[in-house]
Amino acid sequence: MTTLELESPGNEFEKLFSEKAKDLMARLEKNDLAGAVGLIQELQKVRDENLYQEIGQLTRALHESIKKFKLDSSVQGAGSDIDEANDGLAYVVDMTAKAANKTMDKVEDSLPLSQGIAAESNEIHQQWKRFLNKELNPTEFRELCKHISTFLKSTESNTQKLNQNLNDILLAQDFQDLTGQVIQKVTTMVTDVESRLVNLVSMAGHVDQLTGIQHGEINVEHEEADLNKGVGPQVHADEEEDVASNQDDVDDLLSSLGF
Amino acid sequence: MKILVVDDFSTMRRIIKNLLRDLGFTNTSEADDGNTALPMLQSGNFDFLVTDWNMPGMTGIELLKHVREDERLKDLPVLMVTAEAKRDQIVAAAQAGVNGYVIKPFTAAVLKEKIEKIFERAG
Repeated sequence: MTTLELESPGNEFEKLFSEKAKDLMARLEKNDLAGAVGLIQELQKVRDENLYQEIGQLTRALHESIKKFKLDSSVQGAGSDIDEANDGLAYVVDMTAKAANKTMDKVEDSLPLSQGIAAESNEIHQQWKRFLNKELNPTEFRELCKHISTFLKSTESNTQKLNQNLNDILLAQDFQDLTGQVIQKVTTMVTDVESRLVNLVSMAGHVDQLTGIQHGEINVEHEEADLNKGVGPQVHADEEEDVASNQDDVDDLLSSLGF
Repeated sequence: MKILVVDDFSTMRRIIKNLLRDLGFTNTSEADDGNTALPMLQSGNFDFLVTDWNMPGMTGIELLKHVREDERLKDLPVLMVTAEAKRDQIVAAAQAGVNGYVIKPFTAAVLKEKIEKIFERAG
């Protein structure tokens, strides 16, 4: 980002102004009226020059910012940085949803496998204990052997499938890298927009100073968040007093209400 | 036990449904906001409602209020599972007659504990 020169001739102008003011007083005391008027005209000229310069800079900065963020396209949704940020965030929502669904697909696919292995090994274990206690008759023993044999065979393929699913779950987390990059880009853009806006306001301030314009109190209505509509997750839950930072806080609050 | 899970994000509905299944509740239905949930509740003989707060259309707190105002639904146990964590909101939910309040992100253990507590109390 190119930082716009904020160095303004304002300070120099002020210095000149106070110097000339002293001069002006001196001339008036000496009854040098023509000299005094000349001084006032000189001041006026410097002020005008400064004003044009300030307005010129402000206009340039405004143009630069509009160009920088490609906001000059007449149609909304035609490739400005804001549109790009919107697209980026939509991509993040999409990627995270896909990853969550893929992970859940694999988990739902794996659960019956691991549950099956647990159930069957439990069954075999019971029979095995009976075998060790010499409680099995030859027919039961043959059945146990057959059971163990099929169990080992199925466990081989089932665990292979489980490994595959775990690997897929691992790979499904690759969204973090991609979405992280997109979000960082958007964050940089937002910060850039903010600093440029602050810059423009400060430049406009110089113009106000030179023209003596006073805006009075500018009232911007802050929208109160409607708690009924919901305000979403609390990012700084730990730091805010009116926010429950975890489930224990919620439980404490509810129990204080007689829950 | 017939349960309705209301959340505008399908992934969250899926997570909750999976956790409920793990707890032995297999008869679950889904809705994506209060507007779709309310008619389902009114015609569906549900025994339990799990709802998010922040949803487009009708929010969870509004849904809760509608449920409490409905003669046939007013005793339906309602568990709020939401990212809304402001104290005022939790108090508002309690005043509206919520039976349990779980904040996201949550664990399977917390969900289980709250559900058990609700049914313990309901007898």
